Amino acid sequence: MLKLNVNGKAASFDGDPETPILWVLRDHLDVTSPKFGCGMALCGACTVHLDGVPVRSCSTPASAAVGKKITTIEGLPAKVGKALQDAWIAEEVPQCGYCQTGQMMSAAALITKNPNPTEAEIVGAMDGNVCRCGTYHRIQKAIVRAGKAVSRAKA
Amino acid sequence: MKKLNSPVLNEKLESSNRRGFLKSTGALSGALVIGFHLPASNAQSAAAAQVANAFVKIDTKGHITIICHRSEMGQGVYTSMPMLVAEELEVPLSAVKIEMAPSAPVYINAMLGGQITGGSTSVRDAWTKLREAGASARTLLVNAAADTWKVPASECSASNGSVVHKSGKKLAYGALVAKASTLKAPEKVTLKGAKDWKIIGKPQARLDTAAKVYGKAQYGIDVKKPGMLIASLAQAPVIGGRAVKVNDAKARAVKGVVNVVQIGDGVAVLAKDLYTAKKGRDALEIEWDNGAGVNLNSLEIESELRTASVNPGAIMRKDGTGIANLDKAAKKVEAEYELPFLAHATLEPVNCTAEFINGECHITGPIQFQQGAQYGVAAGISLPPEKVFIHTTFLGGGYGRKLELDFQIQAAQIAKAAGKPVKLIWSREDDMTHDFYRPVSLHQMAAGLDDKGAVTTFYSKMTSPSVTARAFPPVVQNGKDPFMAEGSENLTYKIPNVVVENVIHDTGVRVGYWRSVSNALNAFAVESFVDEIASASKKDPVALRMEMLKGDTRSINVLKLAAEKAGWGKAAAGRALGVAQMECYGTHSAVVAEVSMTKAGPKVHKITAVVDCGTVVHPDQAHAQIESGILLGFSSGMKNVITFKDGRVEQSNFDNYPMLRMSETPVVDITFVQSAASPGGLGEVGVPLVMPAIANAVATLTGKRVRKLPLMAQFA
Repeated sequence: MLKLNVNGKAASFDGDPETPILWVLRDHLDVTSPKFGCGMALCGACTVHLDGVPVRSCSTPASAAVGKKITTIEGLPAKVGKALQDAWIAEEVPQCGYCQTGQMMSAAALITKNPNPTEAEIVGAMDGNVCRCGTYHRIQKAIVRAGKAVSRAKA
Repeated sequence: MKKLNSPVLNEKLESSNRRGFLKSTGALSGALVIGFHLPASNAQSAAAAQVANAFVKIDTKGHITIICHRSEMGQGVYTSMPMLVAEELEVPLSAVKIEMAPSAPVYINAMLGGQITGGSTSVRDAWTKLREAGASARTLLVNAAADTWKVPASECSASNGSVVHKSGKKLAYGALVAKASTLKAPEKVTLKGAKDWKIIGKPQARLDTAAKVYGKAQYGIDVKKPGMLIASLAQAPVIGGRAVKVNDAKARAVKGVVNVVQIGDGVAVLAKDLYTAKKGRDALEIEWDNGAGVNLNSLEIESELRTASVNPGAIMRKDGTGIANLDKAAKKVEAEYELPFLAHATLEPVNCTAEFINGECHITGPIQFQQGAQYGVAAGISLPPEKVFIHTTFLGGGYGRKLELDFQIQAAQIAKAAGKPVKLIWSREDDMTHDFYRPVSLHQMAAGLDDKGAVTTFYSKMTSPSVTARAFPPVVQNGKDPFMAEGSENLTYKIPNVVVENVIHDTGVRVGYWRSVSNALNAFAVESFVDEIASASKKDPVALRMEMLKGDTRSINVLKLAAEKAGWGKAAAGRALGVAQMECYGTHSAVVAEVSMTKAGPKVHKITAVVDCGTVVHPDQAHAQIESGILLGFSSGMKNVITFKDGRVEQSNFDNYPMLRMSETPVVDITFVQSAASPGGLGEVGVPLVMPAIANAVATLTGKRVRKLPLMAQFA
């Protein structure tokens, strides 16, 4: 039995400890915002945070999450989460939307550390997240917008 | 070469045809007449809703529901379809709830002959129909108010969810529903003029954005039913193969595996999560009969395509004297172009959920072809179609893959065999290796020029498998697949002698419609070739196109503006510009690509696009669709190829079938031309022109003409 912490709440999982976090979240804990895209950490649709660090949950075993905090889009700190969601809405980023929660989790880690990233820093943080609809330009704009909102909130 | 085609799918569609929903001519003639009558499955739930047609329901409390009858796969129909209804119903979109439509004849796409989301037809097909549906409901409510107040209806008008009398009296829609429900629906309605539009053409937030950024939008892969199991399906390594001997002992011994069932397409392992199901599947011992497809090899396919290209094909267009005088031309230009098989690779892999309730089968998933799903599943599990219900979720990308019925039938068969609700999820590898691939194609082009350099003859011969011959066989008559000539038959250039010829050659690989269908194939050949003509006649590529477009104002406008915006003739040192233009699904567009060379090959800096799609319904999303199409065409055309070895697809995941990433994404500059014409298509229009524009820029810059995609493979 693994004891997990998902979005601040205690959870447990009594299956194979090698089960990727993605399938524990999706199939056992009904947290479906992280998406399955490739299963090989190639697309980023499954991105969640482990103690604030973005990881590809499709390729990270549940055992690696013991003693750490798993965060999904629902559990982001209010300030960063809202800034990102507001920015994604303002820029009308999603098309099919399937990759976007993963995109936002990568973006959240970036702007938490660095609310005013350069274009190169944004690309560096986001290049592991694939968007098949090609919303990359809007994602970049939304990150800049969200970063500014976070900076304002800090000031 | 033997066929790989799944006979199951063909049977389903043929049986569906026999039932009459897919008239063999419907796909071509758009002849189906659509009423607003409620589908049976909506009628029950509408019992309390007093004013209702197939597209809108209003209850006595004033709750308004608009039914979205097209699949939302990113292109924005979940917003644009309701916009059309709401415009005429005189309600703000913020006051409206959206429901996805069931499978029903009233939702048939008259441009395609089935309840299909594809062909960039959603707005075009709905343009009048949905505005009339809104106007019909509005007229009923206005008449009910006039009746209530004992005044002429002409003194009443609808506004913001209420009917208002010229005296200032006002009744909200909800208060009028009881009376309106007793009135007869109007036979004829008057639509608003463009100057009165409050929603169409105006900024409008997408109705699905919030759900998507909060992680609450339900995709097929998110569906959960009580007692549901997750299935992973082992399919034959070669498409079309069958399991002949199965030992599932080791799979059943995997902790957490609940069941193993065999269906026609393979062996499914069921568990409470996909990881366990997949682990069980990996422990299966299966002897496969891989069937005839085991002989498929890419080199052989290419050479057979070339052999087939010698055959005479179907003449899709013939102008003037055709090619009779081609050899007498003062100058003759010839070239061949080749495009590879491609996978759809939607980011949401193929998946579907099936559940049996009281003898009914409920299919919930990412579906682009609701009636196909209904009739296909019915045949696949031997139920009458009226016992099969289709529930469409959001689609994590479609591109045509989710028009296919394989995965819905598989889910239903597995659920039936297991006696439990089942969600079937394909792995990325399953999805990549068991797709219905965009057809490989060979294009043989020739042009005749007179002594002044004017193009007098244009010849395009395409040899390629026909998707339509597989999926909708009755539509292909006398070797003519109308969808294969997209992008060539509708050539916009005014050339006196034109022949467009198509040779259908079944390579044995199963093929499917892929965003923009044949437009992307033919446009690469046609627009690359026009630049080769320009080069042979020493003309500027934009000037030559202008000359050949004489009189076609819409095409000339977009080309001229694209050239201006991109700085045609003023490329920076070390860079070159390439151009392409076409008409695609009723929309005229021109694209200019700006390219430089690096050690790794061409680098694309900027794509400039100018689009005339007639009336723009949803400006921001029109822009998004063009950008999306351009980047999908770019992503696939630069790097992607599907190859076969001994019948097995050699690509498996995004490591060997790479997706465009942010760091590789060029600047995209898009302009829409103002137009009052009826809406043209948008969802696929961005795809076809980007690669010929890039190849043309590369030729200008380097002198190297790329005649085969993917482009980067020519620089490896």
